[in-house]
Amino acid sequence: MNESKVAMPPKARQWPKGGWTRVPAWVYTDEEIYRREQERIFLGPNWSYVALEAEIAQPGDFVQTSVGEKPIIVVRDLDGNINAFANSCAHRGVAFCLQDHGNAKSFTCPYHQWSYDLKGRLTGIPFRRGYKGQGGMCKDFDIAGRGAPPLKVAVRHGVVFASFDLEVEPLETYLGPAMLGYFDRVFDGRGLRLLGYMRQRIGSNWKLMFENLKDPYHASVLHVFLMSFGLFRMDQESAVEMDGSGRHAALISRRGGQADSEAAREMSNNLRADLKLQDERLLDVVREYPGPATVVMQTIWPNLILQQQSNTLAMRQIVPRGPHAFDLHWTFFGYDTDTPEMTQRRLRQANLMGPAGLVSVDDSEVLAMSQTGLGAYPERECLVEMGGRDVENAPHMITEVAIRAFYKPYIEVMGL
Amino acid sequence: MSVLSTEQRLDLLDFYTEYATVLDEGRYAEWPTFFAQDALYRIVPRENFDRGLPLALFHCEGRRMMADRVTAIADTLMTRPRFVRRFVSGVRVLEVGETELQSQANVFLVETFRDRPTQVLLAGRYLDRITRIDRATPAHDASAGQPVRPGAGYLLAQRLCVYDSLLIPDSLVEPV
Repeated sequence: MNESKVAMPPKARQWPKGGWTRVPAWVYTDEEIYRREQERIFLGPNWSYVALEAEIAQPGDFVQTSVGEKPIIVVRDLDGNINAFANSCAHRGVAFCLQDHGNAKSFTCPYHQWSYDLKGRLTGIPFRRGYKGQGGMCKDFDIAGRGAPPLKVAVRHGVVFASFDLEVEPLETYLGPAMLGYFDRVFDGRGLRLLGYMRQRIGSNWKLMFENLKDPYHASVLHVFLMSFGLFRMDQESAVEMDGSGRHAALISRRGGQADSEAAREMSNNLRADLKLQDERLLDVVREYPGPATVVMQTIWPNLILQQQSNTLAMRQIVPRGPHAFDLHWTFFGYDTDTPEMTQRRLRQANLMGPAGLVSVDDSEVLAMSQTGLGAYPERECLVEMGGRDVENAPHMITEVAIRAFYKPYIEVMGL
Repeated sequence: MSVLSTEQRLDLLDFYTEYATVLDEGRYAEWPTFFAQDALYRIVPRENFDRGLPLALFHCEGRRMMADRVTAIADTLMTRPRFVRRFVSGVRVLEVGETELQSQANVFLVETFRDRPTQVLLAGRYLDRITRIDRATPAHDASAGQPVRPGAGYLLAQRLCVYDSLLIPDSLVEPV
């Protein structure tokens, strides 16, 4: 569709010649582009990650979260099913849920005490019939069908997704067989154990975070810690795979093997062979999944990064906050079959991740620097030609193909 | 339970001040020397602490893991230059034992980049277990003849920094 309720600026934005091999800087800075994304992508026929079932294990358990930038409540109903609805009173719009998480049998808006059941349906209005014959709602006012707008919910192997588009396709076809395979590799039906949260507000456009995890090219040249301590090397066996649409991707690497001298020369700017860890327990990594892959970083449009970096596992949820910032919510987990030793291993490797991560600090810093540059020069064009100009799967990581593949559906969905 | 003498209490305040100063001045290699060899240092979001969830941003078991953090800050992390300044206040002694005391303090960090006004980085509190050591024989100093640092009668057995500022602005690079 090329119609939109969100008007484009007077100087109409044209995507540069070169299609998905170019990204115009204004896509990261324009207010109008941002609002159109909220409308077409985050309210569109897409599945946003919202919670792990382990966070809402008991009937009545709820969490506050967001789809796009819209606040929602995700709650386990008394019958065990999971519901999601907007945190928005049907009366006058108050975001009525106060607590970040908790347990409730109903929700009540503090302003006028309108109350809701765990499906978000309006169930009660004080003074609906007035008092002593005065006031109250009109006789023809019907409470039925009113409430907080519901979202469609999909749950797979302990992971909860939601969509404002009630006609959205099933999650399985949305992911496609390849991405479903990588998803099920981590979420294989075992119970999950919540380890904790990390949160940060990064001063860059939300797409840059997504692209960062579609960009294995940077991993071997930016992340000195990753390279120097043998966690990741461009000369490892690896691959970049997308789903058919290009929206989702997986970066797959297999550790081990001798270091290659040609690769070492290309990385020599930042490869510090002299560095040694004083405490090896930080990187006491064990293989825990079948198959040769040791690290799989998956991006699932529009808001999820699924992190399996050795033994540190997390969901990274993106909440956009205007074109120049987004919140990144990390939910770290293990399995309920983990030994105490494995849990300790996961907690130690979490040192690599999050806002203070020995690897991920490089990313949040470079993203802030990206936005400074892009914001100042919105008429420039980014080049995305590493690895070629196509959008096909690649059996290596010296490529930006997953970024090109992301912009293919983006350009179409956004009508650009 | 005993009570600290005035001098011991002033020494304790010096210890808190010296720790913050060393970090403010970027002398990261000295940071582990405030800790016992097998001390625990963690920076924990308040929500994890309150809910009994084990995840931490910094999780250092012992001085060697702390030294590896220092290596990362000094040699591997790519970060924008900034100034960080720490404000420690409200030091409260909760319990005084034979060799160990428990104390808490508020901590507030601001950071300044070249292109914007000073901004809040983190607000939180320290939950500390501190060992009193014999000042005459500072066992943790590698070489004799070093000038004795203010607050040298104390050594951290455990420091948890539990912070309220759940949304960290961009990155947390340095120890708190």
